[in-house]
Amino acid sequence: MICIKGGNIIDGISNEPYRGDILIEKNKVMKIGRSLDINFPNSVVIDAAGLYVLPGLIDMHCHLREPGHEYKEDIASGTRSAAAGGFTSIACMANTNPPIDNGGMVNFIKTRAKENGVVKVYPIATVTKGMKGKTITEIGELYKAGAVALSDDGRPVEDSNVLKLAIQYSKMFNMPIINHCEDLNLVNDGVMNEGYMSTILGLKGINRAAEEIGIARDIIMAKHYGASIHIAHVSTMGGVELIRQAKREGIPITCETAPHYFSATDEWVDGYDANTKVNPPLRTADDVEAIKEGLRDGTIDAIATDHAPHHRDEKNIEYNIAAFGISGLETAFSLGYTNLVEKGILSLSGLVQKMSSTPANILGIEGGKLGEGSAADITIVDLNSEYIIDTRKFYSKGKNNPFHGKKVKGKILYTIVDGSIVYAHSKIYEGSIDGRVDLLDR
Amino acid sequence: MALKNKDVLGLRELSIEEIDEILNTAELMKHILTQNNKRTPHLQGKSIVTLFYENSTRTRLSFELASKYMGASAANVSASSSSVAKGETLIDTGRTIESMGADVIVIRHPMSGASHLLAKNVDASVINAGDGMNEHPTQALLDMYTIREKLGRLENVKVTIVGDIMHSRVARSNIWGLQKMGAEITLAGPSTLMPVEIEKMGVKICSNVEEAVEGADVVMGLRIQKERQHEGLIPSIREYADLFGIDKKKIELASPNVIIMHPGPVNRGIEMTSDVIDYTASTINEQVTNGVAIRMALLYLLTRRRVIEHDMY
Ligand SMILES: [Zn+2]
Repeated sequence: MICIKGGNIIDGISNEPYRGDILIEKNKVMKIGRSLDINFPNSVVIDAAGLYVLPGLIDMHCHLREPGHEYKEDIASGTRSAAAGGFTSIACMANTNPPIDNGGMVNFIKTRAKENGVVKVYPIATVTKGMKGKTITEIGELYKAGAVALSDDGRPVEDSNVLKLAIQYSKMFNMPIINHCEDLNLVNDGVMNEGYMSTILGLKGINRAAEEIGIARDIIMAKHYGASIHIAHVSTMGGVELIRQAKREGIPITCETAPHYFSATDEWVDGYDANTKVNPPLRTADDVEAIKEGLRDGTIDAIATDHAPHHRDEKNIEYNIAAFGISGLETAFSLGYTNLVEKGILSLSGLVQKMSSTPANILGIEGGKLGEGSAADITIVDLNSEYIIDTRKFYSKGKNNPFHGKKVKGKILYTIVDGSIVYAHSKIYEGSIDGRVDLLDR
Repeated sequence: MALKNKDVLGLRELSIEEIDEILNTAELMKHILTQNNKRTPHLQGKSIVTLFYENSTRTRLSFELASKYMGASAANVSASSSSVAKGETLIDTGRTIESMGADVIVIRHPMSGASHLLAKNVDASVINAGDGMNEHPTQALLDMYTIREKLGRLENVKVTIVGDIMHSRVARSNIWGLQKMGAEITLAGPSTLMPVEIEKMGVKICSNVEEAVEGADVVMGLRIQKERQHEGLIPSIREYADLFGIDKKKIELASPNVIIMHPGPVNRGIEMTSDVIDYTASTINEQVTNGVAIRMALLYLLTRRRVIEHDMY
């Protein structure tokens, strides 16, 4: 039994935080409320005075690289990275090698996660066989095996007819399709946002049009085929505006952005540090403002990390040939808190909604709220703690993160998954900790 | 005065004072170049390595002669650009060269930012001899030197650059450098080869050459690669030559004492007609001589900087 005492609770149901206690038994929240009269001799007590107690964070878009690219990341390291970032559940993308395009592969991920993982892992399967964009996968089998969504992320589903078949077919199982929106012809070997910075750095640019054409196509698809599409990693002002307009018309789409799109601009590429290379690329200050506004007014439903770990050797090279992606699980919450909550864009419970409740709803998985009987997936944070991001301390194998050395606020102190403390004060715990409160409180 | 950084990666990073210092030093070096005995001991005991991932006989030769005239030992490493993506990384190659005692590494590379990556990872001085579409500082410095020599100033000089601006590191370096020194820049070229938002660099853009050339003190042609036609960026080289080729008629619109420049090698009849080239052959050859002087100046200033730094400990 774990008792979390005296924390400021955000339960994901009501809007206002309140001071209270939570009692966890086995893997469930047994009691939650204002000053519970708890006195169980065998319970682990976490003194949460001055801290915030949140429903465990949920990342609906990360890349765990297993199988096939274990030198970049694997399920063991990726889930530890998630725990250190306050995530209790993560949905992993299907662009592994081989891709997750059949029931056997879904089971493989689930089994590996059970054996080696420390947080809950929900597999996302591909939309098309072999992720080749030609024919749809056996979506029924994938659903039965436990895939929570479909995505060819890393690439768009380019053929509109294939996407049409996928959204029609997946409707039978209520499986969301997450699309990576991009017109590949326009990308044409670009490596950063097209604009003044790409011009002066002499790097090939990716115009915002590449992303916005993809978004517009998907909105039109969702409208005419009456099925929902979730748009991954929105990064442009125009993209936000298209989605805002579509939602106004009642078209069933949802979308996410990633922390780097509201925390960094293409000016960061100056100096050619390939840790700034990501797809979609870092955009301009105007886009950053538009992303924040989209988060504020609800156009953007969720924040997902698009955690894309890479080996050092794939980043410490010429910008043109470096890999795209940011290892983002361990910086997501702090960036959200520092750049959104502290700046008055979102309330803390608003941030929790984007990083927990809404992703749970979109994927149809448990979590995102704390009530009696709900899963004991809990994240405890210290909002006053200021620290400097140090990628060398990442649990992820991927140290590729452009925020290294930046000062942020809001530190993850505890991550509790299914009633077990898996992360406490910078350390990962495997197995249970019984009665060792001293150990937890440093 | 010494240079601020251990490397020369671009005109963007150099200050007005540093540019002045380089141009003035090059003047002394040019004097040495015109002597019967071209040997000076400025770089005695120094080791200069050129690391070229792209072929460029003239730039390499220019650096090599500059090193040798000043008594340094010079060596070449050539790597084909196909080896860039596989095999030994740039950082490993650079460190190996450094371990063999190189004081200065001169790098030419097809990718923008490659010289920055190398400079960050070695203690040796790095000179960028052209990186992708980014910068080619020694070319721009020699262009600036040539203009200053001919016109006696850079301030308020009207410079028109014509051609494939998008892919041109020469254009970018010249824009940074000339603007710092007070020149006015006009660009002309096919709009598909004009990089976005370049006007934010403070330049004027014209889509027709006649307008761009009008009243210019300097007209600089850039090399157009035949690939641009295959990539579909221009409909044909023929149309390019017709619209953007610099001929006598266009030149007549410029200032009467106009200087015509080209970083070379020139595609005769495409970027410039033969009569224009022959009429200006002296300048284009002068650019080559000045190139050696500029490289001597940079090598001297960078190695001297290392001596000063070393003496401080
Ligand atoms: Zn993607």
